[in-house]
Amino acid sequence: MTDDQAGDLPERGSDGGLLQKPVDRRNALGMLVAGAVAGVQALGACVPLNGETPEEREVRVLAWREYIKGNYRFMTDAERTETITRLEELARLKRDEEVTIQSTGAQPGVVFGYAFNISKCQGFRNCIEACINENNLDREADTQYIRIFEMSEGEVNFDLGDATFQHEVPAEGHFYLGTQCFQCANPPCTSVCPVGATWQEPDGIVVIDYDWCIGCRYCMAACPYWARRFNWSAPDVPASEVNPNQHYLGNRARKKGVVEKCTFCIHRTRQGRLPSCVEACPTGARVFGNLLDPDSEIRWVLEHKQVFRLKEDLKTEPRFWYFTD
Amino acid sequence: MHLGPFVRSSLRSATTGGGRYHLWMGTLTVLMLTGGYCYFLQLRDGLGVTGMSDHVSWGLYISNFTFLVGLAAAAMMLVLPAYILEQVDFGKAVLLAEGVAVSALVMCLAFVVVDIGNPLGGWHLMPGIGFLNWPRSLLAWDVLVLNGYLALNLAIPFYLLYNRYAGHPPAKSKYLPWMYISVMWAVSIHLVTAFLLAGLPARPFWNSALLGPRFLASAFTAGPAFMILLLWFVRRNTAYPIAEGALSKLAMITTVAAQINLVMLLSELFYEFYWPTHHGIHAVYLYFGLDGHHALVPFIWTAISLNILATAALMTHSVRRNLRLLMPTCAVLFFAIWVEKGLGLVIPGFIPSPLGEIVEYTPTLVELGVTIGIWAMGMFVLTVLVRVAVPIELGEVRSPYLEAPRADRTVRPRATRARYEDVRPFRTR
Repeated sequence: MTDDQAGDLPERGSDGGLLQKPVDRRNALGMLVAGAVAGVQALGACVPLNGETPEEREVRVLAWREYIKGNYRFMTDAERTETITRLEELARLKRDEEVTIQSTGAQPGVVFGYAFNISKCQGFRNCIEACINENNLDREADTQYIRIFEMSEGEVNFDLGDATFQHEVPAEGHFYLGTQCFQCANPPCTSVCPVGATWQEPDGIVVIDYDWCIGCRYCMAACPYWARRFNWSAPDVPASEVNPNQHYLGNRARKKGVVEKCTFCIHRTRQGRLPSCVEACPTGARVFGNLLDPDSEIRWVLEHKQVFRLKEDLKTEPRFWYFTD
Repeated sequence: MHLGPFVRSSLRSATTGGGRYHLWMGTLTVLMLTGGYCYFLQLRDGLGVTGMSDHVSWGLYISNFTFLVGLAAAAMMLVLPAYILEQVDFGKAVLLAEGVAVSALVMCLAFVVVDIGNPLGGWHLMPGIGFLNWPRSLLAWDVLVLNGYLALNLAIPFYLLYNRYAGHPPAKSKYLPWMYISVMWAVSIHLVTAFLLAGLPARPFWNSALLGPRFLASAFTAGPAFMILLLWFVRRNTAYPIAEGALSKLAMITTVAAQINLVMLLSELFYEFYWPTHHGIHAVYLYFGLDGHHALVPFIWTAISLNILATAALMTHSVRRNLRLLMPTCAVLFFAIWVEKGLGLVIPGFIPSPLGEIVEYTPTLVELGVTIGIWAMGMFVLTVLVRVAVPIELGEVRSPYLEAPRADRTVRPRATRARYEDVRPFRTR
C-alpha cells in the first residue's frame, strides 16, 4: 500500500455510515498518524482494507507495533514512551479505558523492605481485597497475590496452615501469617527465565515485562514461596473497576498466557506512597519502607524486634521479615 | 545433482503402501487433526482448558517432554557400539535409531510449544532479534542442545541416505566426527533436561543429585526397549537386514539399564523414607497419598510393579532370548517407564505446593487430545522416516541417473516412474 492510500483514511472516516460513530472524529488525528505509519509497513499490504473501520485499522497497527517491540529492560527512554503511548491508546480503543501508564524508574538510595507482624494480624484479609482492586487482578479467576495462612498457636507450620478458611476471624487458638512475593535479594525466579522477561530492579522489586514473557512458567516452578501467578485465560476486570493509575512493570492490563506477580505496588511505592496492602491493613500488622533509610519504620523493626524469614536455608534472602510484638 | 529425484523418491516411498499402511497413516492423521483442534481450543481460550493451575503449573505436556528427551537421547545407545566400538551388526539399525531420535525430538519441541502460554512470543528466544538468557537459564541451554541434537540427527542420516541413493559410499571422515559429537550430545540433552528440574531448590522432589543419572538410566531402559520393538517390526515386515545379534545385544543393554534404574529407584526410596524429612513430603504424596489426596498412588505402584516384573523377565535368559516373550516385555517396560517418569516425576514435584497446600492435578480431555495428537505426529514422522530410509538402504530405491547411460543423463527421470511403483518395501500379507 502507498502513502496515498494511507492519506485516504480521514476521508473514509467522514464517510456517511461511519460518521455516525463519534469515536471516528475524536481519533481522526491519531488515525492520520497511525495510517501514515502503516502506509510504509509491509503488513499493511497483506491485509485488505475492505470492511475494516479506521478504528479497527488503528488497533491492528498499534497491536502489530506492540508485537514487534523489544524487552522493556533494554528499551531506550524514547522507546518506553512510545510503547506506553501505544498501550494507553489501545486501552482506550479496545476496552474504552482511560489509563495512565508510568515508567517511573527506581529512585536512587532506595531498597524496599517489608515486615509482617504475626502478633497483630487477625486474618481479616482486607489486604487481599485492596490488592485485587489496586493491581487490577483477574476477577474471573480470582487471582490473589497475597495469601493469609491460619495456623495453630505455637508453630509456623505451612503443612498445617490453611489459606482457604471461611469463618469468623480471629479464630480461637490461631494466628495469621501472610505471604506474597518477598522480592528476594537473590531471586531464583529471575535467573531461570529463558528470555530475560523477569528481573530485579535496583530498588529490589522483582518485575516482569508481561509483553516479553513467553509463558513457559519455569519461574513459577523456581519460586520457593509460590508467589507467581499465571493468566490461564484472558484476565477479566470490569472496566468500571479498573485502577487507571498504572505502571508498565506493575498493574497494567495483562494478557492471557503470561506470568504476573506482586510488585510491592510499584506504581505507588516509587512515588513515595505505601503499597495498598499496608494501607488497607486495619491492625497495623504490615510495615513497609526504605531499607537504606536509617530512620524508616522498617529499619526500626529490624533493629528492635526478633525477626525471621521463610526458608532461610535456600539463600534466597527475602526482603520480607516476620516478627512478633 | 540427485537432490530432486531424492526428494521425489522419498515422497513416493512415504506415500505408497498397502492397505494396512494407509490405515495406520490415516488413523495417525485423524488423531493429529483432533489434536490440532484441541490445540486451537487451547489457543483460543488459554491454558485454562487444561487441568493445570497455579499450584500444578506443569502437567502432562512437560511430563511427556521429559520422557521423550530420554527416548531421543537413547538413540546414542546404538550409535555408540555401531560406530565407535565398530560393532558392525548395529550398523543398519543406527539409521532407524536416528529416525527415532528425530521423531522424539519433534514431539519434545511440540510439547514445549503447546505448553507455552504465549507461543507468538517464541521469537523472543532467538539471539539477535530476541534475548536468550544463556548461560544463566537452564531452559535456554535446553533450547540450544535440543535443536542442536535435532540438527545432528537430521544431517547425519541425510548424508548417509543421500550418498547411498546417489551411489557413492559415504566418506567416514565426513560423518564420523559428527557421530562422536552426537554421542556426547545425547548425554547432554538428557542431563540438561534433568538439571532444568534438579536446579530448583524450591522443589525438593527434583532438587537431588541423583535426578540426572536417574534420567539417563531410565532413558537407556526405555529407549532401547522401544528400539527392540521397532527393529523387530521392521525385520518382520521388510527385507531390511537386522542381525539377530543386534536385537540380543540391545536386549542386554536394556536389561543392564533397567537394573541400574531399579537400583537408583531403591536408593531414592531409601533416602526419602529411612529417615523421613520435610523434603520427602512429595514422595509421601506420590507413593502413599497425603491428607486424603492420592491421585498418583495407583499409577506409581502400577509402574513400579511392571518395571520390576519386566526387569526380572529380562534377567531370565530364556525370556530374553525368546523374541515372542521379549517383545511384550519391552512393551511393558516402555510403558512402565513412561508412567513412572511421565506422571511420577514432574507432577509430584508440585504437590504439595511450596507453601504446603495440596491441589491435585487431573488432565482434561483437551489436554489429552493435544497429547495424543503430538504422539500421533511423532509416530507419523517416524513411519515416514523409516519408510524412506529402508528402501534406500536396501538399494531398492536409487537415483535414476545411476541407471542411465552417460549420453542420456540429460533426460528427466520421468520415464523410470514405473520402477518406483514396483517397490514395496513392506510385504503385504
